[in-house]
Amino acid sequence: MADLQSQDYVRRSASTMTPPSARSHEIEVAKLIDVSRCIGCKACQAACMEWNNLRAEIGHFEGTYDNPLDLDPHTWTLMRFTEWDNDEGNLEWLIRKDGCMHCADPGCLKACPAPGAIVQYANGIVDFISEACIGCGYCVKGCPFNIPRISQVDHKSYKCTLCSDRVAVGLEPACVKACPTGAIMFGSKTDMTAWAGERVAELNSRGFAKAGLYDPPGVGGTHVMYVLHHADRPSLYAGLPDDPHISALVSVWKGLFKPLAVAGVALAAVTGFLHWIVAGPNEVQPLDEAEAKHLIHADEPQ
Amino acid sequence: MSYPKGTFIRNTTVTRINHWLTGGCFVLLVLSGLSMFDPMLFFLSGLFGGGQSARAIHPWIGCVFLVSYLGMMIQFWRDNLWNRDDLAWMKAIDKVLANEEEGVPEVGRFNAGQKFVFWAMALLTPVLFLTGLVIWEYYFSSYTTIEVQRAAVLIHSLAAFAAIIVWIIHVYAAIWVRGSMRAMTQGYVTPGWAFRHHRKWLRSLVATDSIGPRPRTGGDSPGPLERR
Repeated sequence: MADLQSQDYVRRSASTMTPPSARSHEIEVAKLIDVSRCIGCKACQAACMEWNNLRAEIGHFEGTYDNPLDLDPHTWTLMRFTEWDNDEGNLEWLIRKDGCMHCADPGCLKACPAPGAIVQYANGIVDFISEACIGCGYCVKGCPFNIPRISQVDHKSYKCTLCSDRVAVGLEPACVKACPTGAIMFGSKTDMTAWAGERVAELNSRGFAKAGLYDPPGVGGTHVMYVLHHADRPSLYAGLPDDPHISALVSVWKGLFKPLAVAGVALAAVTGFLHWIVAGPNEVQPLDEAEAKHLIHADEPQ
Repeated sequence: MSYPKGTFIRNTTVTRINHWLTGGCFVLLVLSGLSMFDPMLFFLSGLFGGGQSARAIHPWIGCVFLVSYLGMMIQFWRDNLWNRDDLAWMKAIDKVLANEEEGVPEVGRFNAGQKFVFWAMALLTPVLFLTGLVIWEYYFSSYTTIEVQRAAVLIHSLAAFAAIIVWIIHVYAAIWVRGSMRAMTQGYVTPGWAFRHHRKWLRSLVATDSIGPRPRTGGDSPGPLERR
């Protein structure tokens, strides 16, 4: 499914033209993952595999609940388990469902060199259009959350689609549907933010003074948000970035450097051309040949 | 290849093949590399059969380029060592650019401009190769952190544009200084060309009875200049 015409684009990778965007009344959606209500059952992981027809290779037990150990081209969402000794010396089991955050300002899309391989719909979903993907891995460098994975088999990049195909026809993402505790909710970003506010207030009342919503402004906010009991320390949750933003290296590479590069090449070419029309070619003169002949003969034994 | 009587060999057949292999690789690398650099240039990937193939073939061409440039270095490094003549030549750069050869100090086989091109590429080629390995997704992506890859891709594109600018200088100089192109296609230059542009080189050839591209040393067989 290369082009979900039921959703309009607001961004399209490696494109300088305005993407088709006549359908202008879509609301921004968001998935809210309430970490405090997650029981780590992995129903979301199973549902993701089932809906998207993904079957990762069977791996090995690595002494952790994380299974598989990392995201891969067949694992678009993954429960990450962290055992944290909190400040009171008690053990807290922090479980976070990892996957694409669907940034409002997506680093993957910014870095992508293939026209239309990464798109952002008006509802906020960032989607990989696999047939246009060239497998360069630039999205991996652009992503502040370390999410995209390149397949060694078909050389395409994969990640969570936020079930763009389901959302397009008015369904919730598969993981949301499967979650037995309501830890994963889906709706408009406004509704989800409001709901998160209620959840945070509840957590505050239960002693989690630093509970809060993870909707990082460094990437313009995300369309997958977390309710965290320790929102002051996101990195506790299996390395969730405290302040994610597109790397300055990527910004320079994709931003400032381009006009400089064009200017440099243009300057060299124009300088060459101007030199050609001002000074002209440097041609060997008959005098040079005569002098050379003289030099050669002077050297010959008399 | 036989060279016209009375001319000097500027570049041997091996050198010329080596040079054009390097140059061909460079052009292909620029075309495929630019296709991945900016959306406006993505169409260049069509020359390689599409984005996937351009992406896949670019690093392999880079490997050939590295080996080929190493060949150039082995053949050229000695004549590109910096010496006092180069400074004098640099000081007379205004006369060089104005084609006023009379006021330009004599130089050996290569002038300071050519030496700059040689050493710039000698520096940029390994930089491009090493950063290229880091961002060669299929084979090497698992060996470095993403942050290192971000730095590598930026350095790779900076070095690539530096190389493109050096290449523009190189190509323009070959167009500007008439007779240079033939020196790299057919391999020879006229005595007048050698006298005008590389008089010290000409003197060293004549003094050692050599027809080029390098002066003869003691162990060489009798000189062909005798045959003129």
